[in-house]
Order: sequence, then C-alpha cells, then structure tokens
Amino acid sequence: MKRLVFFLPLAIAAIIGGFAIWGLSGDRDPSRIPSVLISQPVPAFDLPPVAGIDTPGLSQADLKGAGEIVLVNAFASWCGPCRAEHPILTRMAEGQGIKVVGLNYKDKPADAAAWLDELGNPYVRIGSDETGRAGIEWGLSGVPETFIVGADGTILYREAGPVVGDGLKRLQRALDAAKSAE
Amino acid sequence: MKRLLLLFCILCAPAFAVEPDEILRDPALEERARQISAQVRCVVCQNEPIDSSNAGVARDLRLLIRERLVAGDTDQQVYEYLVARYGDFVLFKPPFKPSTYALWIAPFLILFVGAGGVVYALSRRTRRATTTLSAEEEARIAQLLKDEPR
Repeated sequence: MKRLVFFLPLAIAAIIGGFAIWGLSGDRDPSRIPSVLISQPVPAFDLPPVAGIDTPGLSQADLKGAGEIVLVNAFASWCGPCRAEHPILTRMAEGQGIKVVGLNYKDKPADAAAWLDELGNPYVRIGSDETGRAGIEWGLSGVPETFIVGADGTILYREAGPVVGDGLKRLQRALDAAKSAE
Repeated sequence: MKRLLLLFCILCAPAFAVEPDEILRDPALEERARQISAQVRCVVCQNEPIDSSNAGVARDLRLLIRERLVAGDTDQQVYEYLVARYGDFVLFKPPFKPSTYALWIAPFLILFVGAGGVVYALSRRTRRATTTLSAEEEARIAQLLKDEPR
C-alpha cells in the first residue's frame, strides 16, 4: 500500500499529460463552438424576398411544415467562402434533389441579385436579412453557415464555415444520418 | 512639439468600438448596456468582449442589448436572450450548473487535496523530529561521550 503512494506523482503527471495531448490533438479545434440550436425548433423569423429576383422569401413557417429535410444556407455576396461553396450547394440541390433555402445575410438586394445571376440560384426560397437580426436568431457568427433542418422543423446540425473539404464531409455525414433517421 | 505630443496622446487613447450612434440617451441604461456588453464574448473574435470588438456581429449585439434594455428587460433577461441563441459560450463568466460543476469546483478541490497533502507531510516530519530517544540510546550516547578522548 505504501509503495503505491510513490506512484501518485507519476499518475498525476500522466493525467495532466493526457489532457495536454487531448488539447493539442489535431482533431480538436477550440474555436469551433457547438450551436445551442441543435435539436431545437427553428427560431422565429420572417424575411422578405430579395428584391429584383422572383424567389420567394423565407420564414419560420416555411421550415416548420416543410415535410422534408431542408438545408438552410446563410450567404452573402460580399463573402468569399460563399462563392467557394456555391457550386457544391448547387450540386446538392440539382444532383441530390435536396431542398436548399438561403438566408441572405447583411447584403444589399441588388448585390445579391447580381451574385445569383452570375453564379446561378440553387435556392428554393431566399430571405433577405439586411439588418442581420434574423442571423442573430439563428445564432450566426458569420457567413457562410449551413444548417440541416429536419422535416418537423427541428434544427439537426450546423456547419459554420464553407461546406468544402472537411466541412462538406461533416455536413454530408450529418445529412446521411438525418436521412436515415427519417 | 506640443502638436506632436497631442498627436501621440490621441494615438494612444484606447480604442473604443462603441460608436457614437449606438450610445443611449439615458446614461443609466447606457451604463447597464456597457456592463453587459463587457461580459459578453464576441463570437467572431473569441477572446474579446463585444464592448471592444469591431466585428459586425458585435455591433449588432450591442445594438440589440440596448434595444432590449430600452424595452424594459432586466440584465438577467438580456443575458438569457443571448444565451438562448449563442449558448453559455458568449458569457465570459460561465453559469454554475451541472455541466460546469467540474469547471467551478476543480480548482478548489485541487487546492484542498494539495493543502491536505502538505499538512500530512508536515505533520509526519514534525512527529519524526520529536520522537525521543529510548533509555537505552540515551545510555549509549552518554557512554560514547564519556569515552571520547578529550
């Protein structure tokens, strides 16, 4: 018994070392903050359409009774990474037949319309959030962010940042899980 | 020279992110808004309070806090509003609840265990020091001292 006490410092060092390894490991990104909205219903918001295009606006009601999985993508014409993920969202909408809706965050309608005109419009609905107030309801920290909303209007997943590379892998995995859970 | 000094003074002034158009007319409400925004983390530049952050979202949140205060919310309600959207993460001082027990209690626990260890070690040392010699040992020492050649 007394001998065991001598191993105590070693055990403590091992615990601290374990934490250090965990803290430095490549998979962990301390700046990634989990969204509190996961498994919560879609927040209350009601956004008008982007002026100058004929895609309808977006509100809470459109997502609550959708009856299918919807991707909600927050984007802006001034956002570079949004441009990078745009073809992937288009492919998901057209190739995989996923319903994608847009939240046009703090953007001028004319700029957004020109941007969609240039790159194409994969969105079934787009809400124009010029003040960024709906963005706060969604807990956005910036754009792009993509949410998976279940058929019953529950938020299932959030990907902060563009859905390219690892981000796309994570989103696809969450999307597959959501589909199989339906 | 004086002008240069003045310029330095201006340059050295702390950078305030709160813009004049955000400030409320009611100084009491403004003071509360400043106190709240000093406690709220900016979600973009994560180690800065929104009070001193220049990020767009930080400005929006500052305006939102002021709006809620003008509408008659208590400080607690404002915090709850923010936490409902951004999580406990936005608070620089995390709340005391089951998921944060380890965070709040661990330092005191470690201190307590450490202090206990120190007390234990010290008590052992003094006990050893005060152990008196047995009669036999005393006799032997006396014998040795007597035998010592002068």
